[in-house]
Amino acid sequence: MTLIHLAILLPVAAAIAIGVLYRYYRKINIGWLALPVPLLIAIYLATLIPAVSGGEVIHETMPFMPRIGMNFDIYIDGLSLLFAILISGIGALVTLYSIGYLSQKEKLGSFYIYLLIFMTAMLGVVLIDNVLMLYLFWELTSISSFLLIAFWHKNDRSLYGAQKSMLITMFGGFLMLGGFIILYLITGTFSIRGMIEALPLIQENQLAPLAIVLILFGAFTKSAQFPFHIWLPDAMEAPTPVSAYLHSATMVKAGIYLVARFTPIFAFNSLWIWLILIVGLFTMTWAAFNSIKQNDLKAMLALSTVSQLGLIMSLLGLGALSVSTGADEQLFTAAIVAAVFHVFNHATFKGALFMVTGIVDHETGTRNMKKLGGLLTIMPISVTMTLITALSMAGIPPFNGFLSKELFLEAMISIGNAEFGGLSSMSFIVPALAIIGSIFTFIYSIRLIYDVFFGKRTYHLPKAPREGSAIMLVSPAILTFLVLVFGFFPNLLSGTIIDPAVMGIMDSSTSPETSISHWHGFDSPALWATVSIVIIGTLLFISRDRWMFIYNYHKERFTLDFAYDQLLLYSRFGSQKLTDNLMNGSIRSYLLYIFGTFVIFGCLSVISAGMSIDFNNLSPVSIGEIIMVLITIVTLAVILITKSRMVSIIMLGAVGFAVSMLFVFFRAPDLALAQLAIETIITALFLVCFFYLPRHSRHEERIRFKLTNFLVSLGVGVLTIFIGLAAYSERLFESISQFHIENVYDLTAGGNMVNVILVDFRGFDTLFETLVFGIAGIGIFTLMKLNLNRRGNKDEEHTEESRV
Amino acid sequence: MKSTLKKAGYSRVQKQMHDVFLQFTSKVVFFIIIMFAFNLFFAGHYTPGGGFVGGLLAASALILLLIAYDRKTLFKMIPIDYRLIITTGLFLSLAVPTLSFLFGTPFLTHQHTYLQLPVLGEIPLHSALLFDLGVFLTVAGTTLLMIALIEGEES
Repeated sequence: MTLIHLAILLPVAAAIAIGVLYRYYRKINIGWLALPVPLLIAIYLATLIPAVSGGEVIHETMPFMPRIGMNFDIYIDGLSLLFAILISGIGALVTLYSIGYLSQKEKLGSFYIYLLIFMTAMLGVVLIDNVLMLYLFWELTSISSFLLIAFWHKNDRSLYGAQKSMLITMFGGFLMLGGFIILYLITGTFSIRGMIEALPLIQENQLAPLAIVLILFGAFTKSAQFPFHIWLPDAMEAPTPVSAYLHSATMVKAGIYLVARFTPIFAFNSLWIWLILIVGLFTMTWAAFNSIKQNDLKAMLALSTVSQLGLIMSLLGLGALSVSTGADEQLFTAAIVAAVFHVFNHATFKGALFMVTGIVDHETGTRNMKKLGGLLTIMPISVTMTLITALSMAGIPPFNGFLSKELFLEAMISIGNAEFGGLSSMSFIVPALAIIGSIFTFIYSIRLIYDVFFGKRTYHLPKAPREGSAIMLVSPAILTFLVLVFGFFPNLLSGTIIDPAVMGIMDSSTSPETSISHWHGFDSPALWATVSIVIIGTLLFISRDRWMFIYNYHKERFTLDFAYDQLLLYSRFGSQKLTDNLMNGSIRSYLLYIFGTFVIFGCLSVISAGMSIDFNNLSPVSIGEIIMVLITIVTLAVILITKSRMVSIIMLGAVGFAVSMLFVFFRAPDLALAQLAIETIITALFLVCFFYLPRHSRHEERIRFKLTNFLVSLGVGVLTIFIGLAAYSERLFESISQFHIENVYDLTAGGNMVNVILVDFRGFDTLFETLVFGIAGIGIFTLMKLNLNRRGNKDEEHTEESRV
Repeated sequence: MKSTLKKAGYSRVQKQMHDVFLQFTSKVVFFIIIMFAFNLFFAGHYTPGGGFVGGLLAASALILLLIAYDRKTLFKMIPIDYRLIITTGLFLSLAVPTLSFLFGTPFLTHQHTYLQLPVLGEIPLHSALLFDLGVFLTVAGTTLLMIALIEGEES
């Protein structure tokens, strides 16, 4: 347990504290109490920068479940640190912003709990070396994202968006787990470091391409790459601080992180390189193209995020070439530098843009660009910030977006000059896509500025527009300031953040000694690319009314969203049909299915495997046991014959007591005690359940003899007896009891082995059983309460009707 | 309980509803059962018993009162929200295994020590007890919640 482990777990601990506090104390906005958490973590992580940029890595092990290789191992290099700082830094700014954005009437407690859980999850994803733990935290980000998108759960669109994001990201995450397991099968370790060391094994193995595809599924779904990008625009129903934080600055970059982290492992494989490069470039262009037509400000920003993520992804693909081929190392190192630099820049400018959009939404009541316009004089501060950040996104000098964009263009253009097999004939496509995508980016950036703040002033807004409050303006102002600072002095970052991160991605120990400059001379192709992007973009923007009609050809039913909706709809129909056919509401037929299956498979396995029964080891049967068995048989017979429910319940209890007496005879007092307690409770439970049973006794209908039922029950009885006998006479494995008996005192300081097994040796089982028990109780409570409410509503309706 | 039985067609049971014997006895027996439940729970590590049985017995003690009286009276006697018990139980059974991180040991590794007390002599202290307390509370809370809820449904 080190300070870093604590830093990861701190937000969750704070979430519990805030949840409790929020219940009893609501005088101040609870966000002020959440704010110090990311701030502290950010400060702590910042103190690690000098060590890490000096080429050090921090590797802390902590056993969690060592037997299955799931350890809480921390590995911090430049790459992890970059992401961790982004997560905690932007987290602090977003928390501050949300204090102004969300009113006190909202359920702030839940909001900050979800947000803090997300922080832990995200920090875990980027700082942990063990892939199983990484998967755990990965899914936790999906869950917290789901909860945050559905924060306004009364709104149908929020629920739709939340469900969509959850289904898609969890689908990918689950496949990714498959990839991790394949890697484990190949290398025998769950540690990423260990996998890098076992690189030759992975390179030889036939299964490696499968692992690549599966892991990329995880990365592409999380980072909203084509064709999985459809969840991100719908996730914009979340409150704007969430969009700024999860869906632009951090969570969607988890996929990028994953790809960067696995670059040293998979870069040898051309499948990995080309998948990332092509998917990334295509996503970038396609999303930027679609972004232009959006009228919803946040939808536009969402697609723009998708596009920028594609850009970073393609750069990583290009960079992977450098690790694999070693050809023209300079260029590909530049690609990775650009990727890292752009991750940072994108977080600053896109975070600020989202926050400003939130201010516009908050103060005007709409984020439809058709309704907005001419806010220039009303919101001067927001305008300034939008101008700076949107121009940075468009890649206009001297902002930081320009620098990374130019590095990107340079890398993409010079790919044509490098020598790769099979690439030469297609080499023009890569830079062409890059430039086209950049032109679209330029157009929507300009549209964002122009349509909201310039143009004709509109007056029919839901609220009278005014400048946002100071609390809301601080966070985007800080980010905008960073855009300016890193635009003018990019080399502040290069030694401290970028170089260590690049070393982390490339798994090399030599610093690339990056130096970023604004001016590369007239012969730089990137300069001319930028110039042409600006000129073509401006021309297209001016003439946009002439060519925007092409979007009309993109019909609703050809979109991926439509396909997703249809898939969901038909799977719902299908499962409905299936359940309707199987679940007819009669417990008797369910039991028939269950026991019938048991009998069939039991018989099959007996036939195929055979069974040996050995009566030699059996102990003699005593008189007491015979009496108990007779009592059981008699009471069972009574249950079958009796007409009274009361009698059958009491008889059922008697069966239980007889069985527990048997346990006593067999010297198992723990079992007997538990059985007795259970029988008591169950009898009481049956008594209170009387109310729900149909009024007429089941015995009024004559019980007919049914052959199937008879066969199944007979089969169950016979099979169980035989299995019991066979299990006793044929021991395939050595019994574990001896281990328990020997260690019960030394290891656990206990005297009662049964209980020690429960709480210690097999504590996990108990833990999960407890959880199941609790969930069952709460589930029953919810079902009953919902039922009550519905009945209550109906009653109310009836009374209203009767009054009329 | 009264009207449930009535609805189920047991009109004769009604006479016994204010059964003084049952009510008086249950008040006494309640304490016996609950003491036994706690005894089983604490002794669980060395002699038969443990959190699960203890929880069930504690719940059955309360259910006895529920049968003898009704839910409202029971709530007046022992005003606890069963949901809170479940939450506390789940929290304990999750938090105690996690706390083993503080000792630098894997998840769910228990710590134990012996304590010398003036009157009682040597007493073993075991973190498994806290974990078992979580089991105890969850089991008792869930059982009570279910039965009290189904019982109270009619009103």
